[in-house]
Amino acid sequence: MKNENIIQYIYGIADNALILGQRLSELCGHGPSLETDIALTNMALDLLGQTRSYYQYAAQLSEDGKTEDDIAFLRIERQYKNVLLVEQPNRHFGYVITRQFFYDVFHLLLLQELQNSKDETLSAIAKKAIKEVSYHQRFSSDWVKRLGDGTEESHQKVQDAVDGLWGFTDELFHMTEDDTLAFESGIGVDVTKLKETYYKRVSEVLEEATLTIPETKWFQKGGKQGIHSEHMGYLLSDLQYMQRTYPNMKW
Amino acid sequence: MKNNWPLWEVFVRSKNGLEHRHFGSLHAADAEMALENARDVYTRRNEGVSIWVVASKNITASNPENNGELFEPAQDKVYRHPTFYSLPDEVKHM
Repeated sequence: MKNENIIQYIYGIADNALILGQRLSELCGHGPSLETDIALTNMALDLLGQTRSYYQYAAQLSEDGKTEDDIAFLRIERQYKNVLLVEQPNRHFGYVITRQFFYDVFHLLLLQELQNSKDETLSAIAKKAIKEVSYHQRFSSDWVKRLGDGTEESHQKVQDAVDGLWGFTDELFHMTEDDTLAFESGIGVDVTKLKETYYKRVSEVLEEATLTIPETKWFQKGGKQGIHSEHMGYLLSDLQYMQRTYPNMKW
Repeated sequence: MKNNWPLWEVFVRSKNGLEHRHFGSLHAADAEMALENARDVYTRRNEGVSIWVVASKNITASNPENNGELFEPAQDKVYRHPTFYSLPDEVKHM
């Protein structure tokens, strides 16, 4: 497998962490309570930390002298390979928690497989991230249950979020060409195999939360190929502003 | 959002062998949430290895108005401290 394909495979994982981390960072100082604000920001930092490990590795593999910052801040929209789910904008707390929950369940399943990768660096990153993501999943599942089984208003809001975001879940299990190459070389994970466990876990939590599982059979896709929703451009302009305006700026 | 969750007191053990100490308080709807919040608010810089939370309403506190009768009588009773023994130098930390 060529380095370029491994790099693309890494983007497919790391870009999810970057973009979801960016969405959570937008809420810093705006959480519904001091405690949840800190919790969401903590998760954002966990995700950005993971992103750095992946990008540093990708930079090391690249032959054109790119740095982790170039990868994070200077790619164009089509070069980001995150799923559509994680770029969806923050609407309300129930929505943020549902988006997080839908991603966390997948994320943990992915890392549990990725830790068996033949690539030692990816395996090490996965092992370290598993502890963080286990907590994310615990946090978001607990909140889905609390809101779903809470007041009439919280139930309705989180049900709306589940209905609105459900259509983005299927894309998590699509394989790109680089995913297939990575899987065949023993480096990557066959995500199609995670699908059954994923929907089982998600459904268990939704049922406990007294929420209805949507019957939608129509799903959105495109993010993994770099075809993003209209929200992505705005997110990137926030994320990239400093590096675009002051090239090579350092903290 | 108006935060009308009850208050919880947080106790953290910094490392094994030490006692749990009062770290502060926070709001949470239930005990499980209080633990998660405590983890995020008080131990994110590696401050602890164990957390206790207790609903603040379950703590019975002394009334500062009674400080006179509760604490002042102890102030002039030096003989309650074991300071009248001569200790050999070898005995430290007494």
